Amino acid sequence: MKSALIVFLKEVRENLRDKRTVVNTLVTGPLMGPLLFVLLINTLVSRELEKAEAPLKLPVIGAEHAPNLIEALRQQRIEIQPGPADAERAVRDQDADVVLRIPPRYAESWNQGEPAQVELVFDESQRDAQSAVRRLQGALEGYAQRTGALRLLARGLSPAVMKPVVIAERDQSTPQSRSGQMFGILPYFFILGALIGGMALAIDTTAGERERQSLEPLLANPVPRSQILAGKLATTTAFSMTTVLLSMVAFGIASRFLPTDKLGMDLHLGLDFVLRGLFVMLPLAALLAGLQTMVAAFAKSYREAQTWLGLLTFVPAIPTMLLTVLPFKPQTWMYAVPLMGQQVALTRFLRGETVNSDALVLCFVCTTLAALLVYFVTSRIYRSERLAISA
Amino acid sequence: MIEVRNLHKTFGSGAKKVIAVDGVSFVARDGEITGLLGPNGAGKTTTLRCLYTLMRPDSGQVLVDGVDAAADPLAVRRNLGVLPDARGLYKRLTARENIAYFGRLHGLDEATIRARSDAAIRALEMEDIAERRTEGFSQGQRVKTAIARALVHDPKNVILDEPTNGLDVMATRAMRAFLKQLKGEGRCVLFSSHIMQEVAALCDRIVVIARGRVVADESPDALRAQTGEANLEDAFVRLIGSDEGLAA
Ligand SMILES: Nc1ncnc2c1ncn2[C@@H]1O[C@H](COP(=O)(O)OP(=O)(O)OP(=O)(O)O)[C@@H](O)[C@H]1O
Ligand SMILES: [Mg+2]
Repeated sequence: MKSALIVFLKEVRENLRDKRTVVNTLVTGPLMGPLLFVLLINTLVSRELEKAEAPLKLPVIGAEHAPNLIEALRQQRIEIQPGPADAERAVRDQDADVVLRIPPRYAESWNQGEPAQVELVFDESQRDAQSAVRRLQGALEGYAQRTGALRLLARGLSPAVMKPVVIAERDQSTPQSRSGQMFGILPYFFILGALIGGMALAIDTTAGERERQSLEPLLANPVPRSQILAGKLATTTAFSMTTVLLSMVAFGIASRFLPTDKLGMDLHLGLDFVLRGLFVMLPLAALLAGLQTMVAAFAKSYREAQTWLGLLTFVPAIPTMLLTVLPFKPQTWMYAVPLMGQQVALTRFLRGETVNSDALVLCFVCTTLAALLVYFVTSRIYRSERLAISA
Repeated sequence: MIEVRNLHKTFGSGAKKVIAVDGVSFVARDGEITGLLGPNGAGKTTTLRCLYTLMRPDSGQVLVDGVDAAADPLAVRRNLGVLPDARGLYKRLTARENIAYFGRLHGLDEATIRARSDAAIRALEMEDIAERRTEGFSQGQRVKTAIARALVHDPKNVILDEPTNGLDVMATRAMRAFLKQLKGEGRCVLFSSHIMQEVAALCDRIVVIARGRVVADESPDALRAQTGEANLEDAFVRLIGSDEGLAA
């Protein structure tokens, strides 16, 4: 244990003197996530808000065939513009989000009491256009319903006969749960922070040490290799936890500048989150440090190690994507799976939900076991002759 | 004292098999300098690596002060000071910090480390560089620092792999004087070299190895007598059976 501590202290001191490592751990790692996120959210939110409030500019072809409809749309703060010659082309070229086309037969059908058709030309795959399309659809349906009700009344029928079933929506999402959904990728940024924070260290203490020829003299000391490895892993874990802590703080500060209130969202990024988050992240940081060290120990050179570890940063994105794309209900077994457990727990912490302590302990213990397993495998690699010799 | 008995070590297998050490035996005694002399690729580094337990020999035995290296590698490393072929320093630590790190790993207390470092720094005349970070050190400065840290625990036995490699004439002379000093202190000094003059000038005993085998194990005088050559270099060429790899 004492030797591991000596190695740990020396590695910390040495690496704190390395500008690149310090910048990675203290600046790039913690800040990259929050910055990306703030940018992303800000553009998303302000664009949504802009669209909802500003008058919708709507190119219309054949407005003269339906003056009443046009008037009704104007009352919904939709600004009617002369339509383009070719509606499909205008949408394809993204000159217009949506084009309304009123055929000449509109008035005739209307007068005969038949369904009068209007056409919406839009591109479903165009995310930007979606809110405009939805708004226009809403306005058109509203107009159709009002007119239909009037016609029924004129024939002496209650408009209620048209509505055998009425849907009353009772949305159970709370502001917190909505933000949790939207902020479901946040845990990935913390896990990414752990990987970035540990990367330079994992390489420096293995492939790096071998490349600068200092591993062989080190191993000539009367210290078991497993202890040297333990000291190095502790250093890597400490740096990556520092990155995680700083990125939590950075997110906490950044979230104040996010217009979350405008979205009716409430992000829990306070002290409570930091404490509980660090608890579940600690064993994961150790596990990732072990994996990074294992990969770096296999690599023949510093460069090769960098390449492999770069690829490794994408691994934690997998559970994140699964969990955000697939609808899921957090289940107990998920806490037992390293990475996934942290993902689920962090998401729930962010929503301000309580996670029962059994699940948290399960998460901690299982990830710790995985970390120990990786430690044993890595120390086997560390014992091999090939590792020490630079050739 | 270092005893090597019938050491074997091969690398790879099948067509790529390399027999690096093929039955090497010798004894390096306390208070003597023993030179391991051989051309490039003879198996010197591999033999030494088996001694300081970086590698496990395929067969054979290594005893350091009577302790079997296979049975208790930690005890063996405790009794050895090693200047390996690879002598990288931690470039963001000062020379003194480099020395202290190894001292701590040997379990020395801070006062002892301080005293030993001061002594080594004086003996190796490296006062001017002791507090400097080792980044950018010259070859000679690096070797001095590496030796100081290898000897911080005051080992009874010292192993050096081509210690004068890359040193200029002055530094080489200083190194030789230093090895003699170690010998004078009663230590067992074992070093490898491919330079005839160096071995001749320093050693009490010369172990010549070629292609993984010991071809002679004598005092310099006995070596001359055995081969019937007055000149040691000629003796060496005759022993290894060719003059390939004989850089002076
Ligand atoms: N790790 C290794 N893997 C494969 N082959 C090796 C390894 N180490 C040494 N060898 C081979 O073993 C033989 C002996 O090498 P060694 O380094 O012991 O020679 P040496 O006497 O130290 O030579 P030099 O004077 O050039 O340092 C050489 O043929 C070398 O190629
Ligand atoms: Mg060699």
